[in-house]
Amino acid sequence: MEKMSFEQAMKNLEQIALELESGNLNLEESLSKFEEGMKLSKKCNEILENAEKKITILLEKDGKLQEENFVLDSKESQD
Amino acid sequence: MKYEPITVSELNTYIKGKIEEDEFLEQVLVKGEISNFKHHYTGHMYFTLKDENCLIKCVMFKTYTNTLNFVPKDGAKVMVLGKVSVFERDGVYQIYVRAMQQDGIGDLYAEYEKLKSRLEQEGLFAQEHKKKIPLMPKCIGVLTSNTGAVIRDIINVATRRNPNVYIKLLPVPVQGAGAAQKIVTGIQTMNQYGLADVIILARGGGSLEDLWPFNEEIVARAIYESEIPIISAVGHETDFTIADFVADLRAPTPSAAAELSVPNVEEIKQKIVTQENRYKQALKKELQYIKLRYEKCMNSKCFKAPLQKINEYRMMIDMNVKQIESSIQKNWQQAKTEMLKNVAKLDALSPLKTLTRGYVIVQTKQNELVKSVKQLKTGEEVQLLLEDGKKDAKIL
Repeated sequence: MEKMSFEQAMKNLEQIALELESGNLNLEESLSKFEEGMKLSKKCNEILENAEKKITILLEKDGKLQEENFVLDSKESQD
Repeated sequence: MKYEPITVSELNTYIKGKIEEDEFLEQVLVKGEISNFKHHYTGHMYFTLKDENCLIKCVMFKTYTNTLNFVPKDGAKVMVLGKVSVFERDGVYQIYVRAMQQDGIGDLYAEYEKLKSRLEQEGLFAQEHKKKIPLMPKCIGVLTSNTGAVIRDIINVATRRNPNVYIKLLPVPVQGAGAAQKIVTGIQTMNQYGLADVIILARGGGSLEDLWPFNEEIVARAIYESEIPIISAVGHETDFTIADFVADLRAPTPSAAAELSVPNVEEIKQKIVTQENRYKQALKKELQYIKLRYEKCMNSKCFKAPLQKINEYRMMIDMNVKQIESSIQKNWQQAKTEMLKNVAKLDALSPLKTLTRGYVIVQTKQNELVKSVKQLKTGEEVQLLLEDGKKDAKIL
């Protein structure tokens, strides 16, 4: 999961649902799939929740890129 | 000789008539530079068109100004289409402009088409080369001007869809000389340091000349070589730049680019919840099915009445035993009856029975039955068997 892209995780979530719904699994497999799916969904939610809003601007200073907070010019936002 | 002067009006009318008769002047295409431009409040445009040596007055009535695809200003090089006529009141001839275009556009278009078809043949627009835009990019790099509506629109749309979005703006000039090179450097920098998961290359609307940096080959190649997927959003929906063709995804506007790169978090959360519900539903269904199977099993005879079969066998055994018993009994009874019958028969034939009737049996001392007198000698002792005992006797 750590290495999995969010997209892949979402795909897997759906795949697990399909497998569970297929009815081709025995109870043990179903339970382990269920557990896997719930873990995955928790992880996805965490990724969504834990992201932090950041709006930055990259500026070159002394030949080095520096990341600074970017604030929209309030005057500009009026027009 | 009598003087017959004519009025100024008559003269001007005459000149006007002369000029309007001329087929060539009926429709002229003239190029030049705009100066003294005035956009009158009535909506008409007044200006002069000049070259190095000469100038001519021009007027463009409001009816025609709607068709303009740029805002004329002093110094702009243009081509005008119209007729030459005379404004009698002022005694000036001027061009009545019906259409006006920026000059040099034709060359730009030709260059654009040439580059486009060359790059297309080279495969820079190939669908197979296009990278997928990640569903949930951690960081969105934006290459555009750090002022103006574009970055604001992108930030607004992006934060609305995902309040926790991470946007990195790498400011670049988006028009004028040198802009293309700056854009190229921007794309390369983003890639070199892996600064973003997806790049939005954006610019607001403008004339073909304004958008020109996005039609330059170096920009096209930088986009093509970028390992980070690039969404282009240059100009208005109707503007197609070379950058749009090379980009992994073309967005009609900068706002649309933000929409395409930033997923709606609420929608995704809803999707996750939906999946969870599907799991629960599926598992519940499975458990119900298993329960049903279990109940069916438990309802089967072997679980519900496990002793029944045993009892049945036990009963069979009892029945068999009983049958055997009664059969033995019956045989015994038969045998007994038979025996009694024989005993009675025997009894009837018994010699003892005869004795009761007064007969006597004579036996020798050796217990031999005496049936003839020849067996007996005088003086011989014998035994007499009577009904109630025996007695010795002597033959006389």
